[in-house]
Amino acid sequence: MTATYTSDEMMTVAAARQLHNGTVCFVGIGLPSTAANLARVTSAPDVVLIYESGTLGAKPDRLPLSIGDGILAETADAVVSVPEVFNYWLQPGRIDVGFLSAAQIDRYANINTTVIGADYHHPRVRLPGAGGAPEIAASCREVVVVLRQTPRTFVDRVDFITSVGFGSGSGDRQRLGLTGSGPRVVITDFGILSPDAETCELTLVSVHQGFSAEDARAGLGRCRQDGLRGAPPRGYTGLDLPHGTYCHGRMVVERRYRTMTPR
Amino acid sequence: MAEIVSLPDGIAAVVNDGDTIVMEGFTHLIPFAAGHEIIRQRRRDLTLVRMTPDLIYDQLIGMGCASKLIFSWGGNPGVGSLHRFRDAVENGWPLPLELEEHSHAGMANRYLAGASGLPFAVLRGYVGTDLPAQTDTIRPITCPFTGEVLTAVPALSPDVTIIHAQRADRKGNVQMWGILGVQKEAVLAAKRSLITVEEIVDSLDPKPQEVVLPSFATTYVAVAPGGSHPSYAQGYSLRDNAFYTEWDAISKDRDTFLRWMEANVLQTESVA
Repeated sequence: MTATYTSDEMMTVAAARQLHNGTVCFVGIGLPSTAANLARVTSAPDVVLIYESGTLGAKPDRLPLSIGDGILAETADAVVSVPEVFNYWLQPGRIDVGFLSAAQIDRYANINTTVIGADYHHPRVRLPGAGGAPEIAASCREVVVVLRQTPRTFVDRVDFITSVGFGSGSGDRQRLGLTGSGPRVVITDFGILSPDAETCELTLVSVHQGFSAEDARAGLGRCRQDGLRGAPPRGYTGLDLPHGTYCHGRMVVERRYRTMTPR
Repeated sequence: MAEIVSLPDGIAAVVNDGDTIVMEGFTHLIPFAAGHEIIRQRRRDLTLVRMTPDLIYDQLIGMGCASKLIFSWGGNPGVGSLHRFRDAVENGWPLPLELEEHSHAGMANRYLAGASGLPFAVLRGYVGTDLPAQTDTIRPITCPFTGEVLTAVPALSPDVTIIHAQRADRKGNVQMWGILGVQKEAVLAAKRSLITVEEIVDSLDPKPQEVVLPSFATTYVAVAPGGSHPSYAQGYSLRDNAFYTEWDAISKDRDTFLRWMEANVLQTESVA
């Protein structure tokens, strides 16, 4: 039997693989939370999950359905106030990895979650806004961005910089005084991009199993696509996890496969 | 000392047209019953302040109670858009909504400064983003000791803060536990406060990680059992996640929204 899976599941697994035992991770709800908990129940049982609702070291035995789910407070090492989460834990650099998503991202990994359209006061689409993201992007030691890949998400310039990736290129983070090192990987439903070591431009470096390099290159805007360098894609070998995967917002103990649905 | 009142009397006493009001609660303990009472009392021209406007401010905005929103994340958590918020910003319906937009860290520090009696707070934040260009209440400040340039945000000192908590005793001391967000800071930053509670008890036995707001630090306490629904009160109720999902369809269409508000808020009595 051939293993099949949805592209969201592949993104979740790829994100989970960014976390290791002992990693202190600032988690947002949705796919980042699923990925972080997947890592915790499989490959990285000692990953430390911090939610911006103030729960430090949460160990939920089901997937939390919101950032302030009671299961997070009941299973946390400590529950602190929101000012304390940002001032004591995030700002001084105590958090290793921040997970972020985006409505738009540009080739220097700057993120927009505020407005679509050039005029802030008359937006075409009003998005939710910043939340914790600007300071997560600034102060976590590194950032993992997870988003679905479409021509609308990867743009030349974001309409609004909500959270800084690499600004307008190499050296900008240092000039701005941002303490963290910025996005390390951008995980999409097709593959993985990393910033170029010199220019900081996002570069496609890996393609998920089941997709071709051509699939992955479509819709990447002005991101660099020469990172594969003709070699076979460093694809993942499927959802090979000891305790199965997550589906539909709940923990599934037995392995489950569903039909992959690439666009 | 806090006075124990009915919810309608409490709202009438603390919320006036044109006031700046805070209703906090981070997913947990969101004061919906109090919000509905404000809508029933048809308050107008409010400046609404809240980190995550959530369904409660979507309802107040859609019912025309607000002229300005100070916030940091305006979505339906895990579901999608706040349609009444978007309709107000994108189309000016039912009224134009002025925005003052921050990040969570900035809002949390603004409450902290308000509670501390300081005019502003300092943080490492916003640098390199487009937020300072749109929000006048984000300014650079130079550290007088090191010369480092940081960010200053002004204190929030609302006319009134309204929160929901688990319990109060008969003297009006309020006890809450679980995820407590910025509620303590928001109450201490405000000129007046109203705290709705699940129940009033003879004595407050200790709970893990509890916060107690002493009676002398608050203005009014009102009993509102289930007053945080569809949010939740740890130890009393569970979050109604299905309703958060249903709200997407209810709020997407103006007429459907108005009919829902008429049947479920305007035509209902306050719980206490």
